[in-house]
Amino acid sequence: MDFSFWDILRNLLVGLQWTLLLSLVAFVCGGIAGLLLLLARIAPLPAARALARGYIELFQGTPLLMQLFLVFFGIALLGVDVSPWLAAASALTLFTSAFLAEIWRGCVEAIPRGQWEAAQSLAMSRLELLRHVVLPQALRIAVAPTVGFSVQVVKGTAVTSIIGFSELTKTGGMLANATFEPFMVYGLVALGYFLLCYPLSLAAHRLERRLNVTA
Amino acid sequence: MSLLNVTALHKYYGDNHVLKGIDLAVEEGQVVAIIGRSGSGKSTLLRTLNGLESIDDGVIEVDGEYLDAARADLRSLRQKVGMVFQQFNLFPHLSVGENIMLAPQVVKKLAREEAAQLARQMLERVGLGEKFDAYPERLSGGQQQRVAIARALAMSPRVLLCDEITSALDPELVNEVLAVVKQLASEGMTLIMVTHEMRFAREVGDKLVFMHQGKVHEVGAPRTLFAEPQTAELRNFIGSVNL
Repeated sequence: MDFSFWDILRNLLVGLQWTLLLSLVAFVCGGIAGLLLLLARIAPLPAARALARGYIELFQGTPLLMQLFLVFFGIALLGVDVSPWLAAASALTLFTSAFLAEIWRGCVEAIPRGQWEAAQSLAMSRLELLRHVVLPQALRIAVAPTVGFSVQVVKGTAVTSIIGFSELTKTGGMLANATFEPFMVYGLVALGYFLLCYPLSLAAHRLERRLNVTA
Repeated sequence: MSLLNVTALHKYYGDNHVLKGIDLAVEEGQVVAIIGRSGSGKSTLLRTLNGLESIDDGVIEVDGEYLDAARADLRSLRQKVGMVFQQFNLFPHLSVGENIMLAPQVVKKLAREEAAQLARQMLERVGLGEKFDAYPERLSGGQQQRVAIARALAMSPRVLLCDEITSALDPELVNEVLAVVKQLASEGMTLIMVTHEMRFAREVGDKLVFMHQGKVHEVGAPRTLFAEPQTAELRNFIGSVNL
């Protein structure tokens, strides 16, 4: 069977869609989980802080590939058949949540102590002062590094090809084997990632500049 | 029964004994000035009064609220004890009006219109009625501090704590803030202020507390204390500051 250039491109575009979808799911779910993790990480309860810290260090201190294997094969050990899509989304969510929680913790800690004390002196509870005083200010400084990290998530999706999830890299691998044109195919794959990531990097730089000027 | 009573208050930072048995009574409507060298514990004492610093022994009572080393209902205590800071600490992401409205809405559950009306009244009181929609960064230091006072007043505290509220201001801005404080005093507000403004303490204060090495070293009417300090430490301190 012969592949024309357009066949290759069409197949890669399908893979690209899965990469994009996986990135979005990981980023949104990881963001929600990361927010909960952040709250635990800065909670007054020492046990909650320690637990969140352990989680974050575990996922920051191991390769994404190992996390993926552990989720994929670990859940299978429990007798549940897990699809590559579900395993990939879960592992990337766990990974993303740990990094976002740590990025956001830095942003929360950048808010001056006086802001906490002023809100406390006005009789606001911890949750009230986080919600109305600290988090809105932390959000401003978090935007640029968060968008910057989304680039890591997009590139991180490539490792899910190992467990057979047909995103951009996996599709490229199959096409390279079928066409004997690995350089051209992988060149297109790389271009695909670049087209996803470059606008994000650009946005992160712009946001950083803009928020620094007004701050 | 005084409005505020501090009894045998002790506080440590690790091994450092910063408050060594403070007793202090403040009557309704009194203006109390706390003076002393830096490191004497005056700011720490002030910050224990609304629970920003925990205490290790002793009792603080304010208008029926009770706080000791083991228990404290900080939410109700802080509704009765307002605080203004050296660095103003306005919320930079909120307008002046919203700064004042926030706690009444969130803590006292006032409706937005009620809170806005209250905020306008408080801004009038500190002479900044026209700044409702401005953001803090657009205001001078003196104006920011007056907004901070208005923000504390909006919670109708029984006592207002002022922690060196003019120390971060340019000299020409000090008086506009002191004028507001003076006006509050004349309206019968109970004020406890840590201050370096000795002249202000003497003119407006009803009671002067001189702290030295974690203790209340001398206490009395400001004019008497300034005129006839009883201890060498206070005499030295008065000699070292400009009056």
